[in-house]
Amino acid sequence: MSALWIATIGAGLVAFTLKYTGHSIPAHLLAHPRIQRINALIPIALLSALVAVQSFTEKSRLMIDHRAAGVSVALVVLLLKAPFPVVVLSAAITSAAVYRLF
Amino acid sequence: MSVSRVEAITVRDSLSVSLTVGAYGIAFGAAAVANGFSVLQACLLSLLTFSGASQFAVVGVMGAGGSALSAIATASLLGVRNLLYGLIMAPHLQVKGFKRVIAAQVTIDESTAVALGSQKRGSDAMRHGFWLTGFGVFFFWNVFTLAGALGAQALGDTRAWGLDAAVPAAFLGLVWPRLEKNSDRALALACMVFALAMTPILPAGLPIIATAFIAIVVGLQR
Repeated sequence: MSALWIATIGAGLVAFTLKYTGHSIPAHLLAHPRIQRINALIPIALLSALVAVQSFTEKSRLMIDHRAAGVSVALVVLLLKAPFPVVVLSAAITSAAVYRLF
Repeated sequence: MSVSRVEAITVRDSLSVSLTVGAYGIAFGAAAVANGFSVLQACLLSLLTFSGASQFAVVGVMGAGGSALSAIATASLLGVRNLLYGLIMAPHLQVKGFKRVIAAQVTIDESTAVALGSQKRGSDAMRHGFWLTGFGVFFFWNVFTLAGALGAQALGDTRAWGLDAAVPAAFLGLVWPRLEKNSDRALALACMVFALAMTPILPAGLPIIATAFIAIVVGLQR
């Protein structure tokens, strides 16, 4: 089985297990405010790291290329309070333009 | 669902959330194919994992050359919040057996958010909001994933269409609403710098997972 298949099936299994566990364990087990706080912080950490790695690295090397232009435009339109689809589309269009021109 | 009438406002909230969020599925389907996943794998990720951030993480980590284990671990850490949503929803839903399996699968940001938003209109409205939004997002998210994956496959060189920038832009769009406090912005920035600094040193995928520990340390201290 290829790594892509393992990732696809494995992620699905763990995702469901987590959801089902939440529906099945007593509520007081995770009511601690510290756990709630960590739960809110983990997505911020992981998603930010993913933004950085996907924008500025290529095979374990740091790299600034057409993607940086696209993500910079995404940042600008987010500051202008654009909705999600506009953010993704404007990044794609900018990146594609830079990639084709240079 | 109980026999009580579903209020129009619940239907409206659920449908608008389902359509808007479901449409992001196009971006996911396209991103999956751009990072080497097949159309079938893209669709299975949406059907089985059914949690946007986790799915983008699988695709992002594999696309960056990470191992399957790193991809699963990152997706799982992002999926832990669904466990907490399940905890919140379980007392209101009171479901067992197969119904609980279905409820678990559609326990995501949006279904929980609409349910909690409907709470002040009573527990019926809350349950209706959860189920309608859960099923609605599930339907549109999967249909649009297929559309996005097929579209990206037809495009050929996905870099020439900007899809390699669409993935980090999607992550940025996902994290953006969570960055209201200055301390959260500082954490985000620190994690970005850390992940970049570790990229040449650690195997692909690990720099991303490692930032979860930064979040835990910060969360324990505050």
